Amino acid sequence: MSGGASTQPRRLASGGAIDRSQPLEFRFDGRTYTGYAGDTLASALVANGVRLLGRSFKYHRPRGLLCAGPEEPNALVELRDGARREPNTRATVVELFGGLEAASQNRWPSLAFDVLAVNRWLGPVFAAGFYYKTFMWPAAFWERLYEPLIRRAAGLGRIATGPDPDGYEKSYAFCDLLVIGAGPAGLAAALTAGRAGLRVLLIDEDFLPGGRLNAERQLLDGRPAREWAAAAVAELGSLPSVRLMRRTTVVGCYDHGVYGALERVHDHRPAPPPFEPRQRLWRIACRHCVLASGAYERPLLFGDNDLPGVMLAGAVRTYANRFAALAGRRAVVFADNDEGAVTAADLVAAGADVVALVDPRTAPGATGVERIAGVVRRAIGGQGLRGVEILAADGSVRRIACDLLAMSGGWSPALQLTAHHGGRPRWDDRLGTFLPGTLPAGMMVAGAANGDFTTEAALAAGVRAALAAAAALGHAAAPVALPSVSPESVGHRPLWEVAGTRGKCFVDFQHDVAVTDIELAEREGYRAAEHMKRYTTLGMATDQGKTASLNGLAVLAARTGRSIAATGTTTFRPPVVPVAIGALAGTHRGRDFRPLRLTAAHAWAVEQGAIFMETGPWLRAQYFPRPGEPTWLESVTREVNATRQAVGVCDVSTLGKIDLQGPDACEFLERLYVNGWRTLAVGRARYGLMLREDGMVMDDGTVSRLGEHRYLITTTTANAVAVFQHMQWCHQVLWPGLDVQFVSVSDQWAQYSVAGPRARELLRAVVAAEHDLSNEAFPYMAAGTLRLRDDTVARLFRISFSGEHAYEIAVPARAGERVVRMLMAAGAPLGVTPYGLEALGAMRIEKGHVAGNELSGQTTAHDLGFGKMLSTKKDYIGAVLARRAALTDPDRPRLVGLAPVGRGDRFGAGAHLVRRGVEPVAAADEGYVTSAAFSPTLGHWIGLGLLRRGPERHGERVVAFDPLRGRRTELEVRDPVFVDPAGERLRV
Amino acid sequence: MRIPCPHCGLRGHEEFAYLGDATLRRPDPAAPDAERAFAEYAYRRDNPAGRHRELWYHAQGCGTWLVVERDTLTHEIGRVTEAREQGGS
Ligand SMILES: [Zn+2]
Repeated sequence: MSGGASTQPRRLASGGAIDRSQPLEFRFDGRTYTGYAGDTLASALVANGVRLLGRSFKYHRPRGLLCAGPEEPNALVELRDGARREPNTRATVVELFGGLEAASQNRWPSLAFDVLAVNRWLGPVFAAGFYYKTFMWPAAFWERLYEPLIRRAAGLGRIATGPDPDGYEKSYAFCDLLVIGAGPAGLAAALTAGRAGLRVLLIDEDFLPGGRLNAERQLLDGRPAREWAAAAVAELGSLPSVRLMRRTTVVGCYDHGVYGALERVHDHRPAPPPFEPRQRLWRIACRHCVLASGAYERPLLFGDNDLPGVMLAGAVRTYANRFAALAGRRAVVFADNDEGAVTAADLVAAGADVVALVDPRTAPGATGVERIAGVVRRAIGGQGLRGVEILAADGSVRRIACDLLAMSGGWSPALQLTAHHGGRPRWDDRLGTFLPGTLPAGMMVAGAANGDFTTEAALAAGVRAALAAAAALGHAAAPVALPSVSPESVGHRPLWEVAGTRGKCFVDFQHDVAVTDIELAEREGYRAAEHMKRYTTLGMATDQGKTASLNGLAVLAARTGRSIAATGTTTFRPPVVPVAIGALAGTHRGRDFRPLRLTAAHAWAVEQGAIFMETGPWLRAQYFPRPGEPTWLESVTREVNATRQAVGVCDVSTLGKIDLQGPDACEFLERLYVNGWRTLAVGRARYGLMLREDGMVMDDGTVSRLGEHRYLITTTTANAVAVFQHMQWCHQVLWPGLDVQFVSVSDQWAQYSVAGPRARELLRAVVAAEHDLSNEAFPYMAAGTLRLRDDTVARLFRISFSGEHAYEIAVPARAGERVVRMLMAAGAPLGVTPYGLEALGAMRIEKGHVAGNELSGQTTAHDLGFGKMLSTKKDYIGAVLARRAALTDPDRPRLVGLAPVGRGDRFGAGAHLVRRGVEPVAAADEGYVTSAAFSPTLGHWIGLGLLRRGPERHGERVVAFDPLRGRRTELEVRDPVFVDPAGERLRV
Repeated sequence: MRIPCPHCGLRGHEEFAYLGDATLRRPDPAAPDAERAFAEYAYRRDNPAGRHRELWYHAQGCGTWLVVERDTLTHEIGRVTEAREQGGS
């Protein structure tokens, strides 16, 4: 090869499903080549005579193509460049496009001269179990020496390090019949079902549907098989209920007819067009499925069977017949089945010299090809095949020069999807392979995937399966007329292993597992299939051993003296082919990882310069910095002081809100909450505490009685969904007899806290004149519906989280932004200040109010000082277990207030509390700081905490030990209410 | 998995929230051994291999708590009914 576009020396003059009018330039390892539209990267490289495509995983042996399809173990390349660079891409499934860039893997410094090929001579070091044995000692060597060495020496390509520039998406599909694979069986099934009007989804991995019909020189009804396939595809395209998805791989079979599939939407282009995904992950729900996934051909086990130029016979035929690319000029065919003769004939027809057909059986040969009864015991060559050593049945040994060895050890059904529910493949002695065993419900298998290895049998099986599915669904269906197929012969006597080989005999090409590795595993006691797999790593590479598994089991069976059937298979798990993490994530990346919720007044908060923080899915204003405030602390201090001295407004719309109605609403509340509700009058609100049935605190909030049988419940922001679901459970499962209805109205109402000594004045300015807001008419804990001056309907609650004279005003969400602006305008003369979550938090800690940090799911009502709220006159959720001695034990960590002894000291939530003078170890742990904030009102840091026997220890000094922040602070234990302990401000 | 909701039809399991054993009954809080009975009710669960009656909540659908008969070995779904039909605790 010289530089510049080559002349495709191995391209046949005619034929193939390629478009010679569309030449495509591409680069491999920096050299420019030309292929055609319709090529894969692999077929274009074959046409250009490139045989050496990579170095192997452990031994850095030169490797070329083994297959022509998705099962390829060797030809893994890095595709594209920069942030789009993708390692371990199988050249056999990469559809060629103009400008394609690919590079070989695992070579250093170059593919032809690879320094680490010395690993080949270190074979014993890299034998089975080497990870477990060789590098165990000394430990320091592992990190510094062995691990980097192995990473460099035994790797599979380089990942891109930049963010993935492409998009991915997820999609859903539903159908009567899912047909997996568009080979002869799949096309026949889809035609039968589609003509009967079933909703059919036909999925094929390839960009050209047809499967082996595209790869063989068979005639169907006297026409090339590929033409029959094209006609079938055209007819399917005309059927309204049939959808054909190309470039799509079904990767997993899940319960109840659900399948996962990966569609490579734009992988056949240099980059996806704007706003289009690169790949799409499908979740498909079907009522029936016909699995027509075909089969994988098996390599034969002889010495140095991994040399570039040794290929599977079916792949050689695919390259010649579908891609008009000749894998070698002087070929030997080695097969233990009748397809050896087919391969020889196809190669002769393509213009190759077929110098020998080697077959251990006495079987017919091909015209004009020397037939040798015997085996190839060794491939000969350095960077590529130069010849083979043949051991004939008569004992003679011959060497024959060749540049291509087409081998076939028979076919193994691609049955992975049949086993994803735990079904074990069953051994078929006649075919010498495993066939699908117990199938997932709704699945049928047809064609080569079920051992129907002739086209004629595959077509018929596809029709049968579709008819069965149609009948089960109650559709009348007629069998489609099947074409006549030119004579086929699939006689086979498995050879499994060549005796007396020389050189390394590979079973798993991708993981470099040889026959000797399996023998070693067996000698060391790893005799079970699963153990051998893990010890040798056979079948554990990215190809999951599609070409290797059965050969490995056969070798293990022979060494352990068992049958292959008794040896059994290993477990198949999804995905069938590697799936990029990006495809699994879909659009859930970065900012879109989860939905973002904004309150009705978000735009107003943005205008106010809010710094936002995430609380669950919500984006909430944390604080509102003003010019001249260097840190958040100055902003929060200003917001707290302004609220405590004048009035502040805070958006509390994210609270959960549940509208509860019905004659039994009060009884329902009685059973949900620890405290009583029978005395709550219409127009009044009350604090409520809810437990889980195990006696731990679940949530808190207020309940306002809006009418005789109507209540409005609030929950914490975090538990809004959980409390609603809990109420549904209580009503539907526990007490369906209670006549109540309830609905979440969290999103329907925007709600604002108006807090501070001038709160009433502010509200007076926005509420319609007819409403009396005096302390007598609308006292602390009053609740009611009223009108604002602009006629907006509002609910007003005189409740306080900050400890100030305060209200929460709720308005329909659509009016939220308007009303908050109205509040700010009306409050301007009063010095109104918007405040955020930090100020809210500081004020509630000043008041000793518990919040999420204290409602941790591990605290009881007693722990939090709510013991007296627990009603003894009624049953409620959690009542019985909350009374357990251990949950009311005064020795439990219980709520206290905490203040630094050195008033300038700072401490933080999470710090552990220990006695003074005690070593801060786990055994000395007496509790922890749950919340901490700088108190603008007191001028120092304060906190809440859970301290063993806390309420009995007010006045004592403890140490807050905070190894994470490197702090140790002496604290005074005290009552949790720091500001206005008598609650006088609330009631003015 | 796909679960046939009596209201919404056959829906993907991702729309549902799972709770567990549907055969449990909330004990009588006034019974002399109420604490022991509630401890059993709150904490003890069998882990049957085979047919099981389970509570599933159609969170992303109609909001109904359902009793789903499911085989824990095969995921085969049997009868699906509304939990309220059981008549409560
Ligand atoms: Zn439903």
